[in-house]
Amino acid sequence: MDLTHDLTSVIAKSFGLFYLIALSVGITIYAYWPSLGKRFDKAANSILDDEDGPCR
Amino acid sequence: MMERLTGAERQIALMICVVMAIVGLVMAAAGHSDPLGIHGAIVLVAAAIMTCFVLRAIGEPEPAEDRTNSYYDDPTKAGLVIALFWAVVGMGMGVWVAAQLAWPDLRFDAAWSSFGRIRPVHTSGVIFGFGGNALIATSYHVMQRTSRARLAGHVSPWFVLLGFNLFCIIAASGYLIGVTQSKEYAEPEWYADIWLVIVWVVYFVLYIRTLARRNEPHIYVANWYYLAFILVVAILHIVNNLAVPASLTGAKSYSAFAGVQDAMTQWWYGHNAVAFFLTAGFLGMLYYFLPKRAERPIYSYRLSILSFWGIVFFYIWAGSHHLHYTALPQWVQTLGMTFSVMLLVPSWASAGNALMTLNGAWHKVRDDATLRFMMVAAVFYGLSTFEGSFMAVRAVNSLSHYTDWTVGHVHAGAMGWVALITFGSIYSVVPLLWKRETMYSWKLVEWHFWLALSGTVIYVFAMWNSGIIQGLMWRTYTESGTLAYSFTDTLVAMHPYYVARACGGALFLTGAILAAYNVYMTIRHAPEKHPERDYPTSSEAAEPAVPAAE
Repeated sequence: MDLTHDLTSVIAKSFGLFYLIALSVGITIYAYWPSLGKRFDKAANSILDDEDGPCR
Repeated sequence: MMERLTGAERQIALMICVVMAIVGLVMAAAGHSDPLGIHGAIVLVAAAIMTCFVLRAIGEPEPAEDRTNSYYDDPTKAGLVIALFWAVVGMGMGVWVAAQLAWPDLRFDAAWSSFGRIRPVHTSGVIFGFGGNALIATSYHVMQRTSRARLAGHVSPWFVLLGFNLFCIIAASGYLIGVTQSKEYAEPEWYADIWLVIVWVVYFVLYIRTLARRNEPHIYVANWYYLAFILVVAILHIVNNLAVPASLTGAKSYSAFAGVQDAMTQWWYGHNAVAFFLTAGFLGMLYYFLPKRAERPIYSYRLSILSFWGIVFFYIWAGSHHLHYTALPQWVQTLGMTFSVMLLVPSWASAGNALMTLNGAWHKVRDDATLRFMMVAAVFYGLSTFEGSFMAVRAVNSLSHYTDWTVGHVHAGAMGWVALITFGSIYSVVPLLWKRETMYSWKLVEWHFWLALSGTVIYVFAMWNSGIIQGLMWRTYTESGTLAYSFTDTLVAMHPYYVARACGGALFLTGAILAAYNVYMTIRHAPEKHPERDYPTSSEAAEPAVPAAE
């Protein structure tokens, strides 16, 4: 099958649309997943005191 | 800087230098009748200088420090100083280029000083020289702190930093002698491009290996931005620079793409250079240094994740808005336009997240010019991303494209956002790295802030006026259907704004010079910070294992 302009535009307009929608939904679910809240809070606070050197 | 390497590491460094010298020699010999030969000589000299550095240290005693106890900050320090050097050079060239547009005699009739040659020295100098070095240096700093792990390797950080600067020197010197492949922000020729790929892959591996050592379960969001910067820039650089050299003994090459495909590849690269070089990496700085300086965690960590993926997956499609009204298929233009408008959401999410972090700490913003740099950077980020989305709309673009409005937009982003967040980060990290109480002079920081802000505002307003006048004059027709203004008429109308632009740029440059002076004086003269508790020292080197008389 030739990789024509028509074919690439059809892929972009169909698959491209749906994978971006799926991605947006997936990322929103991940970012707002309730049980991950603690981990995110910990990460956000972790940078405030990090000058005491590496742990190993 | 070589004293902290072990004997084996010094040998590796020496081997790299020798290989580089051989490559330089071959380039100089094979390309002796071509600009390639000059670049071979530059590589040879650079390798020789590095060889001297390594050889001087090779017989010295090995470092006795305990490497597990501290971060490896030497490459960060060097990178910051080099970044400030490039800032002064790159912005100085910018002021010269701007002045040439206002007063063309400032070319002084030389070939190397013509606009077409020194403009890329300015753009590469500030983007790659200043921005790139600042990104590499701060990424070393941030990756170690957020991972609570030392850099994975002691030679590779130097190889990346110095190798990248060799690329910058090859690029800048090439422009002056007329070497270019005529692709904006990708002007260097094939051999420089190959070298940058090697450097960049080492950089990527170093980052991944350091992250793999991390002692935090979650990878802090700033790292994601830095990683996106490294990974995507590698992809963009490789694809856009696919080219066939006309000869292996000459600098000239021909692009693998032709016609509109070449244009699309170039602007896919060009806009994503803005996205991933000038935005993603600097957002990494913002997400680390702003909360750190404000001593408050980021307002919404969840929002930062959402905006990260938004930026990554929207930006990559936006490039075709550079090619409105060209031979590019209409739907591709519309795609670029749509994604550019959608980009406003994650961009404003980041800018808003930064400003909301400061909500409740405005007294710090008022008192601390360093934090104010970062605050204003976030504001300019919000402004210029709004402007960019707006300008990508086809109807607006028909007025703005090819005019100074575009130049004004780029500089609102580059000066107002990228440079200000960088200076803010430099001011917050320099006292820390050199263990000083504060910067040498807070008054100079304050001066720098107001010079930079007024310079940016003058520059951007001048270019808005100039660009819109220019665009309107180009599209004004007489009753008989001919153009009302000649090209020269537009130049006359733009002249006062060109003078204003050069003045705004000069103010910004003055601020950068103050920053370089202030950092130098901080390193040399600012009083050392006496910590409340001892710094972890290299115990074997500095003190006996058991206190002597107790």
